[in-house]
Amino acid sequence: MAKLPIVTERLIEEFGPHLNTVPPGGFAPVGEPDRVVETHCCFCGQQCGIKLKVKENKVVGFEPWEEFPFNQGKLCPKGVKRYMQDEHPDRLKAPLLRAEGRGFVPTSWDDALDRTARAIKSIQEKHGKAAFAMLGGASLTNEKAYLVGKFARVALGTENIDYNGRLCMVSAAAASKKVLGIDRAANPWSDIPKAEVILVAGANIAECAPITTDYLWRARENGAKIIVLDPRMTPIARTADLYIPVRSGGDIGIFNGMLHVMIERGWIDRKFIAEHTTGWDALEKVLERYTPEHAGKIAGVPPRLIVQAAELWGPARSSFLLHARGIEHHSKGVDNCMAAINLVVATGRIGREGSGYAMITGQGNGQGGREQGQKADQLPGARDIENPEHRKHIASVWGVPEAVLPRKGLSAVEIFEAIHAGKIKGLLSICFNPMVSLPDQDFVREALEKLEFYATIEFFMSETARHADVVLAGSLLEEDEGTTTNVEGRVILHRKVVDPPEGARADWKIICDLASRLGYVNKFKYDSPRDIFEELRRASAGGISDYAGITWDRIEREHGVFWPCPSEDHPGTPRLYEGGRFGHADGKAHFQPVEWRPATEEPDEEYPLVLTTGRVVAHYLSGSQTRRIGGLVKQVPEPFCEMHPRLADKLGVSEGELVTVESRRGTVTVKAMIVRTIRPDTVFVPYHWPDERAINRCTIKALDPVSKIPEYKICAVRVRKATAEEAAAR
Amino acid sequence: MSERALFIDYARCIGCQACVQACEECDTHRGQPMIHLETIRRRDSVQTAPQVCMHCEDPICAQVCPADAIKKGPDGVVHSALTHRCIGCSNCVLACPFGVPKYFAAIDQMMKCDLCYDRTSVGKKPMCATVCPSQALTFMTPEELERTRRGRAVNEWVFGEERVRTKVSVVVPHEVKEVHVNLVQLGKRREKAEPDDVAALLEEG
Repeated sequence: MAKLPIVTERLIEEFGPHLNTVPPGGFAPVGEPDRVVETHCCFCGQQCGIKLKVKENKVVGFEPWEEFPFNQGKLCPKGVKRYMQDEHPDRLKAPLLRAEGRGFVPTSWDDALDRTARAIKSIQEKHGKAAFAMLGGASLTNEKAYLVGKFARVALGTENIDYNGRLCMVSAAAASKKVLGIDRAANPWSDIPKAEVILVAGANIAECAPITTDYLWRARENGAKIIVLDPRMTPIARTADLYIPVRSGGDIGIFNGMLHVMIERGWIDRKFIAEHTTGWDALEKVLERYTPEHAGKIAGVPPRLIVQAAELWGPARSSFLLHARGIEHHSKGVDNCMAAINLVVATGRIGREGSGYAMITGQGNGQGGREQGQKADQLPGARDIENPEHRKHIASVWGVPEAVLPRKGLSAVEIFEAIHAGKIKGLLSICFNPMVSLPDQDFVREALEKLEFYATIEFFMSETARHADVVLAGSLLEEDEGTTTNVEGRVILHRKVVDPPEGARADWKIICDLASRLGYVNKFKYDSPRDIFEELRRASAGGISDYAGITWDRIEREHGVFWPCPSEDHPGTPRLYEGGRFGHADGKAHFQPVEWRPATEEPDEEYPLVLTTGRVVAHYLSGSQTRRIGGLVKQVPEPFCEMHPRLADKLGVSEGELVTVESRRGTVTVKAMIVRTIRPDTVFVPYHWPDERAINRCTIKALDPVSKIPEYKICAVRVRKATAEEAAAR
Repeated sequence: MSERALFIDYARCIGCQACVQACEECDTHRGQPMIHLETIRRRDSVQTAPQVCMHCEDPICAQVCPADAIKKGPDGVVHSALTHRCIGCSNCVLACPFGVPKYFAAIDQMMKCDLCYDRTSVGKKPMCATVCPSQALTFMTPEELERTRRGRAVNEWVFGEERVRTKVSVVVPHEVKEVHVNLVQLGKRREKAEPDDVAALLEEG
């Protein structure tokens, strides 16, 4: 059905989001807990170590975990308050069935699973295997991500399996693979403070990766110069040595322009280029046109800033480049990243202590989530689903004929397009909330409503789950155990902190239960997540992200192990590309010449402003968890529209006044936040909210042709004062 | 080696409020943060500044307390008002040059940052300095600070005519020996262009 069974207001009344403002037992001192469990935060790819306090099988508080090397006790507000998602009034504690006019009614696990299996079989018999799709998520553990990929390919037999990392890391992944040969941060974070110059491109580190801040500041204390590219003056940009307020989508102008100046001044490493790279000549030819003047026009900044950046970056002896969604969320996201990586490789400053490159992974298991095979084009071990050797290896681990493994399927947004077009009729999802996170929300809603059957595994009733026929009450990260792979490529262990509440079930068990109802009981016989990890090790062996030598015992002993780690006596690989040996078969880095091109929808007379979207520090992704935590909602209760005073004056808007942001796809009414720290031609609205507060009603469903990432960072809008009706409708 | 002490390094602060969220998790005042995080002037800048109790050598809050409810321990830590003595008059709230003490109407009492006494008295770091992602709040020995930070630590303050020495230090540029807070200038609008105005940065020249 996939239509709301009752009006949203009534669903919210029953399932939230409600705010958890008081810990279990009230604000009384915790006293001596029964247990203190060393584990990790669930919110973001840094995966900070944290200790959770447990009393009577309830998470009652936290304690910093100072011994964990990555964050040494440091936490952002989300980490501090993460324990408030436990013992939450909105927690789903039974499988639920959609009931027209009534909402959702609880049922037995057998009934919910039987219905789901029957619906899957019926759709697939009528319309073919591929008519049933699956969507996973990058907040799942490696074990669950592995299981989702295997379940889709083996039990569902569908090629249409993708995950919400498609909205996050895929541009960086594709670029890194193309130029360097491996999709992973090239260096451990401990290299950052040792660099002489650091370039941060499109990464609001203070809000989206707060723990990385101390690494940057430590570099600065050591004398490093910091360059920041961002249309908004972020907290890191405020005190950077060089802040370049690049126009959203203009980054190639900066990167190519810098390299143009560096060639002129002799600040490239020609020896390194000759010995360790291919493709330089083609790149150099393209760069000829990128004079500071030309590059400045593309980037929307004075040319002198590009020259200054080259002067800081060019002659340095060591350097580190970091980028994130700001350059990745574009219909040229892969090109943006490749232009950035070209800048690193041309100096030869990679693969050694204090010199390198990293993408800042966004989601909890953004790194591991894309390696274990829930991505449309990949099999476990970051293997290529179209490569016959790779297929053969995975088929043998899974004990199935290679021929039954589906080929490459559709990406997340394309799956919704296929649903909208009536080609995909059924969907099972876990850990993905497209009714907040996908662009062009009206289109997403229309698509969902066309589904014949939709089931989802959720611990809270997400905005998307409201559309489901069956909601399977799953588990929080702390109610199970498993590994994730952090921003550095370090595989770490989430320990089980408490049992799931009675009536809910561990995610991996739900997937196995469904597989057995689909006739694949033998392929999904696991005792525990550790059991799944053992199979994952074998599946990844010999692959790019090789976990074969990583054991849970080693992770505990060594505070995590970096992949590739091909054998148990291998120390793991904190730093890639040492000695200029890159990930391609020829051992070389492959320069990729990149030409700038406009965004899919540039501003025009009708819609004259650039809309860019992103996160705030108090919320995580679609907000399904953080919008339920009182302290975090208090910190940032609602979205807002950042605009420069010059624009506000033109629009006649004052601070806090309601404005309506309009694009060709939709409108949203939010409070104006008037700040000098943003480009006057750009407005910013954070995306964590649903329904009438969802800025993704306005964003565009344009995709990068290679990575298929949506263009969240630029589309054309106009902004005006909200009408009385719009204000009242909020 | 010296004892560890609390330092504030304003240039590092990113305004994330981890300190505020963590402060209210402390068992001695759970549910109520004692730390302040000031957004300086959001319209003009993203600058923010955390404010913990500076633990004055001669605490002004204690000087003005008519009930003699505010005590400084031998270790220099200035504590929240004694429950049985505090009369909730808020003299301390008004007098503190750093704006630290908070009056809680529900209990008719003053409470304030006590350097996480339950933690620091047993050798742990204060909660705010443990979690602070930017380490704008940091708890270390003066030697370690000297070794790892560009600036210098200062604990001498001049408020108009009044000199104050504090247990907590701030990290400032090397040339600064004491922090002068000229009260007359507070709230006065700056005449020159805002340094953090992106529109100005985009102009040529």
